[in-house]
Amino acid sequence: MLEIKNLHVSVGDREILKGLTLTVKDGEVAAIMGPNGTGKSTLSYVISGREGYEVTQGEVLLDGENILELEPHVRAAKGVFLAFQYPVEIPGVATMTFLKAAMNAQRRSRGEEELATPELMKRVKEAAAKLGVSQEMLRRPLNSGFSGGEKKRMDILQMTLLQPRFGILDETDSGLDIDALRVVSEGVNSLRAPNRSFLVITHYQRLLDYIKPDTVHVMAKGAIQRSGGPELALELEERGYQEYLGEEAA
Amino acid sequence: MIKLATEADAAFSSFFEEMKGQGATGLRQAAWEAFAAKGLPNRRVEAWHYTDLKAALGKPAPIASAQAGMREIARAHDSVRLVTLDGVFRPDLSDLALLPEGVKVQSLREALAQGAPGVMALVASADVQAEDAMVAMNAALMQDGVVLRIAAGVTLGQKIELATYVSSQDVQSSFTRAVVVLGKDAKATIVETAGALTAAPAQDNQALILRLAAGAALDLVTHVSGQSDKLVRVMSLLAHVDEGASLSSYALVEGAGLLRRQIFARLNGEHSKVALNGATLARGRQHADTTLVVDHAFPNGQSRERFRNIIDEQGTGVFQGKIVVRPHAQKTDGVMQSKAILLSDQATMNNKPELEIFADDVQCGHGATCGRLDKDQLFYLMARGIPRYEAESLLIEGFANEAFQGLEDETLRGFLLGRISSWLAARSK
Repeated sequence: MLEIKNLHVSVGDREILKGLTLTVKDGEVAAIMGPNGTGKSTLSYVISGREGYEVTQGEVLLDGENILELEPHVRAAKGVFLAFQYPVEIPGVATMTFLKAAMNAQRRSRGEEELATPELMKRVKEAAAKLGVSQEMLRRPLNSGFSGGEKKRMDILQMTLLQPRFGILDETDSGLDIDALRVVSEGVNSLRAPNRSFLVITHYQRLLDYIKPDTVHVMAKGAIQRSGGPELALELEERGYQEYLGEEAA
Repeated sequence: MIKLATEADAAFSSFFEEMKGQGATGLRQAAWEAFAAKGLPNRRVEAWHYTDLKAALGKPAPIASAQAGMREIARAHDSVRLVTLDGVFRPDLSDLALLPEGVKVQSLREALAQGAPGVMALVASADVQAEDAMVAMNAALMQDGVVLRIAAGVTLGQKIELATYVSSQDVQSSFTRAVVVLGKDAKATIVETAGALTAAPAQDNQALILRLAAGAALDLVTHVSGQSDKLVRVMSLLAHVDEGASLSSYALVEGAGLLRRQIFARLNGEHSKVALNGATLARGRQHADTTLVVDHAFPNGQSRERFRNIIDEQGTGVFQGKIVVRPHAQKTDGVMQSKAILLSDQATMNNKPELEIFADDVQCGHGATCGRLDKDQLFYLMARGIPRYEAESLLIEGFANEAFQGLEDETLRGFLLGRISSWLAARSK
């Protein structure tokens, strides 16, 4: 599914990712844990194609194809989905207009027929009901005036509708209260499937109580320092990241 | 040595000789003197600093005359339409028979010929023409237009459209003036259409005078468009909003040649409200200027201005907004906001908000921004699979639509949004 090989990424003169290698198999939920400022969000942006990051070495393969040269919308159509740490407010764009544009753009680029509005509405309403996204939220401009929790739910709603191959959850737990965390996690868990993988980025164990990972990877200093099973998350929660930071620690 | 008048001065003088016998002689004379004292605005006149009208009107075209023959003019709205074509009100093209009860319409030409003092008081624009030469010129040279009166207490179920077009293949100047009066507690929606049915570079000077009596409420929806890149159009909106009355204006300006839309709005009684909203689209070498003065003359007034400018290619946008709060206009609440998006490196936007506050217990603020499309928003949309061009269009459309959020008439809002979409669809990739 997703293979990241010796990835080096710079922003300006500063190298952020320094030879990161990671493989996520079909159906796997991989958790990346690490302290703040270690490049976790950079990794999520580089996979999804945001501008402003220079890949100096390495590659990211989705189903064997290097996606680093592709525009973000092409990656999305191939199945990459980023649930943002801070979903963006877009005051002038109606939520339904956006959802329709996104779903149909992906369908078009895969050579599928566009969904007619009634069918689209039906799918949106069903998914929204499960995630506690109210009709009122759907009527508002995208993410405008939404609370942190509402924005995260809206992102997971999009993921549910777009059915990606590879979902990246960037600090999805940040800013969520316990109820919102449960709803969002249930949304993600219901999407788990043999042909769909997830990369769950977090620095707390808490999220992993709800979304149980298959593998856990410790990221520090721009690379994966250690990989293991779910038990690794518990160990990190107890002992912290100190031992992985080496001389960079204060 | 005697200083020779410019070609333009000479031409306007001869226009005045032509028009001064056509009713309202005193009014025209006073307006002509106000104009002559100032002359055509050049860039040294502060209010015209960004729009060089003197250069644009260097060669005034002859005054328009009624075009022979009937013309079918396509309808954009389900409205009772009153048409002024090439400077002349056209009953034959207007829906006079469909006017709702409580509405009276007279041509301006007829009103000026009759010269009834009450009507002349409405037509006059003495307060503004002292300030603005183009309003003065309009009053001195006005050819025709519409006087529309809506009786007190009437709530119009139908929209009335004041449509003003230029259509001549010859290059002509037109000077039209419309007056709309809402009696006490009257409520109405008026559509103001300023269009061009010709690609000839007309010179068009229009004024719309609004008088809202106490408690009246007007939604004014303006659509400006043109065909020629050499069209020169100045539109002036002069509004008095009396006690407890409310004016909401929504304007879509599609650039064509040089366009100046200026608004002089006076909150003319306590608890009056003015909301001015607009979106401007300009590309090519188009120049689109919105300049407004909101004058809080009484306490407890509220004003809101929300303008969006989208400038592409080598286009130029101008927004100048001034909120004036007079010494006794306490408890004034005013917020003015102008935002611009530049879609190309060669696009220009001049944004100038101003406050002139002489009262001490007021809340007034303004904000002006100018920039590119937001990269974070663009990435968010693209990360969901929306291609760049389409994502940009969504953002631009959304940005422009913010100006029309408050418009309750869904068909009119749909019409404006449709025009924005069409403009975007013609944007180069």
